[in-house]
Formats: sequence, structure tokens, C-alpha cells
Amino acid sequence: MRPQPVPYDGGARPTLAVFKLASCDGCQLTLLDCEDQLLAVAGRLDISHFLEASSAVRPGPYDLALVEGSVTTPADAERVREIRSAARFLVTIGACATAGGIQALRNFADVEEFRATVYARPDYIATLTTSTPVSAHVPVDFELRGCPIDRGQLLEVITAFLAGRKPDVPNHSVCFACKRRGTVCVTVAHGTPCLGPVTHAGCGAICPAYGRGCYGCFGPSASVNLPALIPLLRRDGMSDDDVRRALRTYNAASFAEVEGAPS
Amino acid sequence: MTTSSSVPGAVISASEGLAALVDVLAEDRTVIGPTCRDGAIVLAEISTADELPHGCGVELEAGRYRLVSRPDAMIFAHSAGPQSWKTYLHPQRERLWTVDRDARGRLAFQAEDVAPPAYAFLGVRPCDLRAIAVQDRVLGGGPHTATAYRRRRERAFVVAVECTDPGATCFCTSMGSGPGVGREDGDAAAYDLALTEVLDDEGHRFWVRAGSPAGERVLGRLPHRPGDAPSRVAAREAVAAAAQHMERAMPPVDLHALMAGSLDAARWDDVAARCLTCGNCTMVCPTCFCTTTEDVTDLTGDHAERWQRWDSCFDLDFSHLHGGPVRASARSRYRQWLTHKLGTWHDQFGESGCVGCGRCIVWCPVGIDITEEAAALHAESADRQAAAEETP
Repeated sequence: MRPQPVPYDGGARPTLAVFKLASCDGCQLTLLDCEDQLLAVAGRLDISHFLEASSAVRPGPYDLALVEGSVTTPADAERVREIRSAARFLVTIGACATAGGIQALRNFADVEEFRATVYARPDYIATLTTSTPVSAHVPVDFELRGCPIDRGQLLEVITAFLAGRKPDVPNHSVCFACKRRGTVCVTVAHGTPCLGPVTHAGCGAICPAYGRGCYGCFGPSASVNLPALIPLLRRDGMSDDDVRRALRTYNAASFAEVEGAPS
Repeated sequence: MTTSSSVPGAVISASEGLAALVDVLAEDRTVIGPTCRDGAIVLAEISTADELPHGCGVELEAGRYRLVSRPDAMIFAHSAGPQSWKTYLHPQRERLWTVDRDARGRLAFQAEDVAPPAYAFLGVRPCDLRAIAVQDRVLGGGPHTATAYRRRRERAFVVAVECTDPGATCFCTSMGSGPGVGREDGDAAAYDLALTEVLDDEGHRFWVRAGSPAGERVLGRLPHRPGDAPSRVAAREAVAAAAQHMERAMPPVDLHALMAGSLDAARWDDVAARCLTCGNCTMVCPTCFCTTTEDVTDLTGDHAERWQRWDSCFDLDFSHLHGGPVRASARSRYRQWLTHKLGTWHDQFGESGCVGCGRCIVWCPVGIDITEEAAALHAESADRQAAAEETP
């Protein structure tokens, strides 16, 4: 779905709601982190539901909903449907909402075992056996990747919504960003294992700029060749276990779906 | 440069002479040259000759780059750094125009018109000299000139340094673009000064030739002596030896025809299985010029800007039309890159898009080698032809 441009006529502002499922709040805090642009955002959007910013909430429907977090409980699965029905344009923000987050590690394990080990009264805990992205439950209009999301990209998504255009959020690899900012390739020049060639750009290639390999916080890019990358990671000192762990972080579930991912 | 000597050019010392060159250039220009940073010899703004990579060398292999200390004090004995001069002449992102809307809804467009910096490029290798000439034809020639590129290019002062120590990934000789600056390729005005570094019993020095009046003026201000036969001979021998040391080569065939006849080759599947489609080869290539544009709006909605940024044929969005990308597979994207670089570039611009610098080989994380791929395509083509001749 493409949003209609919002007229700049000084009339009613479109309403914004921010919701959270299973997540750490870091991505929605990115909105508060917009500092210099925050007043401009508040000037263009009527912030109707944003518990991190204000306890005053107004009922929907909302023109733009930002949803953080993954679906890990039956209650969340129900709630995300309510959010969808109250939102004209729904954007999921962050690795939890777009890929299931770090908590999707449960997808590869026995949740019953966790529940019995962690909780004194496991029967009090109502949880699903998987952590899934919002898009697994309801249609999503746009997914913004990252753990956490990038502030500039969030502003771009909001600005694009207001203008009724497609956000400029490239789907290519982190390598593009490294080359554009002039970072020396840490794999080629230093032999440092790096997930950059398979990772979605968006962070601005921060880690390689400080001499570290990419951790894959933004999940797989649109064009991934894991069977070509894994031998490099092994050559540069990672064990098979290291490789598996590197691919099982914030975007574990989406990397696991990629062809050639270690089981 | 006119001297009383019968040997053309002049000689400057590697200490005072080179220091003076940087000083003179820095008087009214932004001097860009090689310098050591982050484990590589990168291109960056320098203010003195001390920042040049004295005694630094590189070990190159497919997918591998290592900075090493040289046993000598050579300054320009290295190749295939992580960037090329397009970083400055054809920057990764630049604004093309802005538009503002006034209270009555009228739009006022403003083309970007910022005076470009006056660069001095110090240490342009012959392969990169050719690459700049290639981009001149693409961006500065034809009916649609990239104005900003042309202005940066016109103001740039180019100090070429001939190559005396090619890396294992270099193949400029087979592309006819090095290791000497040459004159046979018609790029006579391609440099303002050409230097050849010589280090022998006679000392550490550069044999210098001016290629333009601006170059002559700069040379005239440097502490120099007339060109002498030993320096010239040593320089010529060093460049000739470099040509002999070139370890890689393109197959000596008509690459344009080879590419045109290889569109259905099985080799594309082979390389696609290895290719990360990360786009690094295109970003480091000194001739790859493709860009996309992005329109930026601000939150007020009354201001918009159009920016141009580097794009790559390895990006899925590069060929995205209605409904999806035209070149969805890695096979089709690698084929697009190689057949354009070595083949259809001739149709478009009358020359090859490859200058033999070897950067795409070095900076490909998985070490895909353009010379090896071309050779494999040639072998497959030859096999196909042989089989066809056997079949009655």
C-alpha cells in the first residue's frame, strides 16, 4: 500500500502511534532520539499513542503506526491484529518486529525446557514456541531493519510517509556503505571475519569503520550468497560453531531462512 | 620543459624536490595523494610529503591486501589501493539541485552550483591515468556532459607516477595502459607532470617530465637539475622491468567478440556460485560510473533535493522496473558487469572499460579474478567452436 501525500495546508495533522511487542524499547526510543528533528516531527504528526513519550493516549484509528517487537505470546498475536485494524499505514521497526529478534533463538530450541528451567511456576507463563515478525501475522506496509534501527532511516520513512512517496532505504549489502564512506575492507586488508557482504545496509557500516567485522544487525540483504561467504569466515579464524553463532543473533530467524545457512 | 641538456625532462630529489612539489601544489590546491591508514595505502588529502607512504609496500593477491614494510625507502612502489581517483572526480554522493515551495505554492528550482575544489592528484598510476581518460569520455564527453565532473576535472592538476613495482594482481600491460605513461594511447595531455621514481647508487630521485604549461610552471619552481642520461636510463629500465614482472594478463583475444559470443556460457553459473553480489568490484573499479538518484524531502514538505549517488549493477534495485528486478540472478548481474566492462563498453565509448589495475581482483572478498574469468570464457568458447567444427 502506498500512503497518500499529506497536504501541507495547516489542517489536521495525521496521527502517529507507536506500539511495542516483545522488544527492548531501543527502536522506539530512536524516535525520541531524533532531537533536532523531534519538534518538526511533532509539528507534522499528531502523536496520539507513544507510551515512552507520554502517558496520554488517544484511541485510533491512526494514520501511521510504528510497531516494535516480535510476537511471542498468544496475547501479542491478538494485539498485533488489533493494531493492524487501527492503523492505516503500518511500519515495523527493528530486528524484533521484522525478523523475530534475538528472542527468536527459541525457534531453534525447546521452549518447554526454558520455561521449566527459568520460572518457579512455569504454569503461569503463557508463551508461544516461536518468536515471529509482525509480518507473519498481519500485512505490513513497510519494514525498517536494524538492531537498533538507524535514526536517519526512521526520519526518511516518516518523511516519505508524509510526502506519499517510497522511502529511500536501499536493500543492498553493507559493502556498498563501506566503499562509499571509504572504509578499507577489513576482510581483504586485515583478514577480519565480516558479515558485511551478506548484511542489509542501513547502519552506515559503523563496525568496519572502527576496524571490526560486521555483526549482521540489519539481517540479510536482498541478495545473499552464504555458501560463498562461510568459507571466508572459516579461513579468517571462525569455527563452524562461531559461524553458526554469528548468524544467530538479532536476526537469527531470517538468516536461518537463507539458502546455505548452517543448521 | 626545455633544458640545455639533450636528455628531456628534469630530475628532482626524493627529499627536497618532492617536499617542494607538495608545498607548491598545496599553495592553491587540495593535494590528494597516497598515505598509510587503516592497514592500507589510501588516497587522502595530504599537506606535506612526509605523509606519503615512505618505505611502504603492499602484497596483493585475489581477495587479499596486506601492507608491508619495504626494505628500501621507495615512496610509490605499490599498487591497487582501495580507492581510485573517482572518489574525488566522481564522488560517491553529490547534490544535483534543490527546490523550494513558497507560501503560494510556487516552486523555485536551483541547480547545484558550488565551485569545485581545485585538486592536485599526486601519484596517479598510468592505469589510473587511462581510467580518468575513460571516465572523461563517459562523463565529460558526448552530448550530455556531467557538468560537475567536467569542472572538477578541468581544475585538477595531475601528477602521474610511473609504475615500477606492480602487484601480483596487475595486468595493465595486457590492457595497453601501463606501466609507463606512454604517449601512444593518444592521452598526450593526460598529465601535467610525469614522475618516475629511481633509487640506486646515484641516489633517490625522480625523473620528471612536464605534460602541460601548468606542469612546466610547477616544475620551474622546484629545486631541480636537468635530466641526465643515467637517471633517464634507470627510470626507463625500472618501468621496463615492471612490465616484465606483470604476473597476470587478459587472454590475448578480441574480448569484445568473446563477450558478445559468450552470453550463454556455462561459466556464468560457475562464477555466480562464488559471487557475493556485494558490489565491491564496481565500487573499487576506477571506470565504473553508474549512479542512481534519490529525492530527499524534509519534514516541512517545502524543500526537496535531488542527490546522485554511486550505484552498482550488482544491486538488485539497479535493474528494478515495474514488478521487480530485470537481473534477479547473480549470474545475470555478473554477466552484465563483465560483458559491459570488456565488451559493450567498446560499442558505447569506443574502447575497453578495463584498464588492468587489478582492484576488482584484490578487493573482491572471495577473490574472483577478472582475467581468470575472461580466460575461462575464452576456453569455453574455443571448446564450443572445436565441437561445432567436428559436428558435420
